[in-house]
Amino acid sequence: MRGFANNFLQWDAVAPYLSSLLAGFWTTIALAVTVLAGGLIGGVVLALLRTLQLRPLNLLIVLFADIFRALPPLMLLVVAYFGLPYLGLRFDGFVVATIVLGAVLAAFTEELLWAGLSTVSQGQYEAARSTGLTFLQMMGHVVLPQAFRLILPPLTSRVIATTKNTALASVVAVPELLSQANTAQGYTGNASPLTAASLGYVVILLPLVIFARRQERAGGRPA
Amino acid sequence: MNAFISTFFNMHVLGRVWPALLHGFVVTILLSVVIVPAGLAAGLLVALAQTTRSRALRWAMAAYVDLFRSWPPLVLLIYVYYGLPFFGVNTDAFWSVVLALTLNTSAYFAEVFRAGIEGVPPGQVQAARATGLSLAQTMGWIVLPQAVRNMLPDLLSNVLETIKLTSLASVVTLPELLRAARLAQGNTLNATPLIAAALLYLALLWPLVRLTSRLERRMLATA
Repeated sequence: MRGFANNFLQWDAVAPYLSSLLAGFWTTIALAVTVLAGGLIGGVVLALLRTLQLRPLNLLIVLFADIFRALPPLMLLVVAYFGLPYLGLRFDGFVVATIVLGAVLAAFTEELLWAGLSTVSQGQYEAARSTGLTFLQMMGHVVLPQAFRLILPPLTSRVIATTKNTALASVVAVPELLSQANTAQGYTGNASPLTAASLGYVVILLPLVIFARRQERAGGRPA
Repeated sequence: MNAFISTFFNMHVLGRVWPALLHGFVVTILLSVVIVPAGLAAGLLVALAQTTRSRALRWAMAAYVDLFRSWPPLVLLIYVYYGLPFFGVNTDAFWSVVLALTLNTSAYFAEVFRAGIEGVPPGQVQAARATGLSLAQTMGWIVLPQAVRNMLPDLLSNVLETIKLTSLASVVTLPELLRAARLAQGNTLNATPLIAAALLYLALLWPLVRLTSRLERRMLATA
């Protein structure tokens, strides 16, 4: 037990790295916020474009959504970060992580929202249009709110998964929480910085997980 | 255009690295074949423990689920990989990955099973018990068979996520598909191995993506 405490809960191994761990914590939050904003907006835009029923465009959207849902996000990150430089395109790790993780979230959001939009009954669309609402007003005031309510539980789990995926950015040299903890662990030869980082992630994610659990309880029963 | 093809679709490079990639692909499949059943079994146990009368047990299982759903799998994996040796446990990368990903995915499977079991009307359990079936018989013959049909899309999508997660093993130097591709890319100074690995992942996972999409849509439509 003493061995466990010494190697996993050793404050002396964390204290010197506290400021870099904190910097990593904020980088993780900054990355998560940009990825979530970009991915959710991107997904909504794609789903709306898909309702226009333009065949070639829809084919492209479905192809994009399928590929970004099928491939492991780490694989996509590695291709973008280590593959694109061969074309002379070299981006900062933070930019690559934002774009790739955002695109993955956009793909999942688009698919969920599209499924939600197709479940809103046709009468709702027709009624909204016949009262004189424009296409965007119909979507914004009538259809999207209903679709979002329907997909909220799976969308919340996807938001949680995306936030956790920000840890992958450590592989492409983004100095986020995991990466800082890894460095500190390397210097001290002690796993305590990783314990601290794990706590940091739990602080960020536990509220989301509990929110998701509440929502499932509330929405899980048939109305 | 020629430069593009020779960097990303170079058949000569592909021929050289193909055996290594194939070996990596086999390791990826091997990991999935071990982790998916282990996660399913552990998840089912956790879900069943949540149906018992013991308040302490139910609380402990809920804590287990929330903890491993908020702990980013990559952080957990690194923790296990660098942490266990401090206990004198000599961890091989393969079993570190199996342990970390099983802990992670079992929490997700447990939630799917719990929701499925709760979705079966309580009258079914009472009727089964009244005819003299034991609790285990009730679960095995009455509740689970009915629950599985409702859980199928979520189970399948979690299997997909678990297979994608095996790519994290590359970070702890286990030569699965992504790691094999990275090594090959480093050796040949060419991006073709990365593209080939992505295509292998697509071949494995695209059918699963299509299938889950279809099942999810059907569930939404009948909700």
